Amino acid sequence: MNPIRPLLLLGILTLAALVALLLNLSAGSFPLDLVEVVSNPDAPGRKILLELRLPRALTAFVTGALLSIAGALMQVLLRNPLADPYILGVSGGASTGALLAIMAGAGSGWLQSSAFAGALLSTLLVFTLAHGHGRWDTTRLLLTGVVLAAGWGAVISLLLAISPAAQVHGMLFWLMGDLSISTLPLTALLTLAIGLILALYLAPSLNLLAAGELKAASLGVATGRLRVVIYLAASLLTATAVTLAGNIGFVGLIAPHMLRLLGTRDYRSLIPGCALLGGILLLLADALARSVIAPRQLPTGVLTAMLGVPLFLYLLYRVRDIRHD
Amino acid sequence: MTERILLECTGLELAIGNTRIASRLELSIRSGQCWCILGRNGSGKTTLMHTLAGLREASHGTIRISGQPLVSYSRRELATRIGILFQDHDDPFPATVLETVLQGRHPYQRPWQWESAADREIAMEALAFVEMDSLAGRNIQTLSGGERQRVGIAVLRAQQPDLLLLDEPTSHLDLHHRIDILQRLVASCREHQQAICLILHDINLAARLADHVLLLLGDGETCSGRRENMLETTRLERLYDHPLLQLDTPTGPAWLPA
Repeated sequence: MNPIRPLLLLGILTLAALVALLLNLSAGSFPLDLVEVVSNPDAPGRKILLELRLPRALTAFVTGALLSIAGALMQVLLRNPLADPYILGVSGGASTGALLAIMAGAGSGWLQSSAFAGALLSTLLVFTLAHGHGRWDTTRLLLTGVVLAAGWGAVISLLLAISPAAQVHGMLFWLMGDLSISTLPLTALLTLAIGLILALYLAPSLNLLAAGELKAASLGVATGRLRVVIYLAASLLTATAVTLAGNIGFVGLIAPHMLRLLGTRDYRSLIPGCALLGGILLLLADALARSVIAPRQLPTGVLTAMLGVPLFLYLLYRVRDIRHD
Repeated sequence: MTERILLECTGLELAIGNTRIASRLELSIRSGQCWCILGRNGSGKTTLMHTLAGLREASHGTIRISGQPLVSYSRRELATRIGILFQDHDDPFPATVLETVLQGRHPYQRPWQWESAADREIAMEALAFVEMDSLAGRNIQTLSGGERQRVGIAVLRAQQPDLLLLDEPTSHLDLHHRIDILQRLVASCREHQQAICLILHDINLAARLADHVLLLLGDGETCSGRRENMLETTRLERLYDHPLLQLDTPTGPAWLPA
């Protein structure tokens, strides 16, 4: 494909990301004049901007970007356009870890470590079990992941049922996706950068794998190794995102699709496009979550779905026949 | 130009479960040759072809590609030597016809690289070869079965391997394209010292195209040789377990089911 058009698209998305960032930073119960805050070191809002809003905005962007790249990877891995980053149970493991940490009354550092450990445990379980004695095929992987996700769901319900009422509210908020305890997401930014570079490196092979495993192999892709790498990368990206912000639904599913509906199919432009668009969607959702019923806040994950569903349905509706350009 | 041995099987044993497909198969495909594989449903034609392409392992025996064992090639190197057209085309994700054909250039590209103008030119030529160049911008998911099959042939042209394997390339093609595209494809392979191997169900088409034929007779029994020795009424009747009527036509012998 001609690289001019992808560059134009990425340029537009970058501009949109900047606009979304500014919108996000100025949204909230305390009105901030961004120009004044930046130019005047003694402005009253400066502390709020630098210590609360900027870390939160960056967390939102990074989480959206991580989830969207992971979603695009999972869709190729399972050769199913409906796959999302949570489909193989990574978020279930993370949620169980997080809820256990909340039950134990742990601080946010422990909560994050526990969530990440849960996600890793889930990833390794699926990886080992899906291998079995035979081939590592798509159906076995999908079934293993979906069944394990259902198992985690049961454990989460159990934990909610036996927890004291005072903790249940916090748990539910975490499960619905919560950005309120954000700090500067430095490790996550690093993970995002590594994930992005890896995904771009793999992009030509991803294009072929999407066309079928045998076909990809016949055109020179070492498919066995590639699928393991995709699975581990997508799981790690998802684990990092869930650890940052809980279960933010829908972004990882729709960002790749919105780009496809806009005509971007090549993974070399789809991957960076996903990172930007996923980030934009979550920045906007978070800005809304903080302003709709201010000074109270909505769980961001609920807002991503409420924004994403109509937007996605509109795009689907506009394309009269999805199989027709 | 001297003929090179592109693919050589020695003592190849192949089975799926308890069904034997080939036992001690010896085969050598040389540059400039056109082979047809004939056999009944379930006789293992596709499995054999996938094995020759290195997509599955044989139980015993070795396959050599241009003198080197097949297993010593990396996937990418192998893709410059052998290309295969699969029976089924299933496209869950949208892509344009041109993007699909450009995938044939993958074995020659490095990571981080976009297709060059030369790649695009090769892809457009391949599309023109199958008379699909006017549909280059169409979504692959909107094509008919026959058009999709022609795009598959174009991918193979763009890939430019030494040996082209085609698994039932005619199943969706209309009469004109069946004869015209395949004849031009075979002629072009001979001219460029490539080799081509087709799985067909049409004896008469095999008689038109092939110079060599491999028959899979079932239960591991195979026989191969020059077309005129293999395409012979009693042998074919045994192959398909069905009586045949031989006609003599201006273009050579033809067979009708009796």
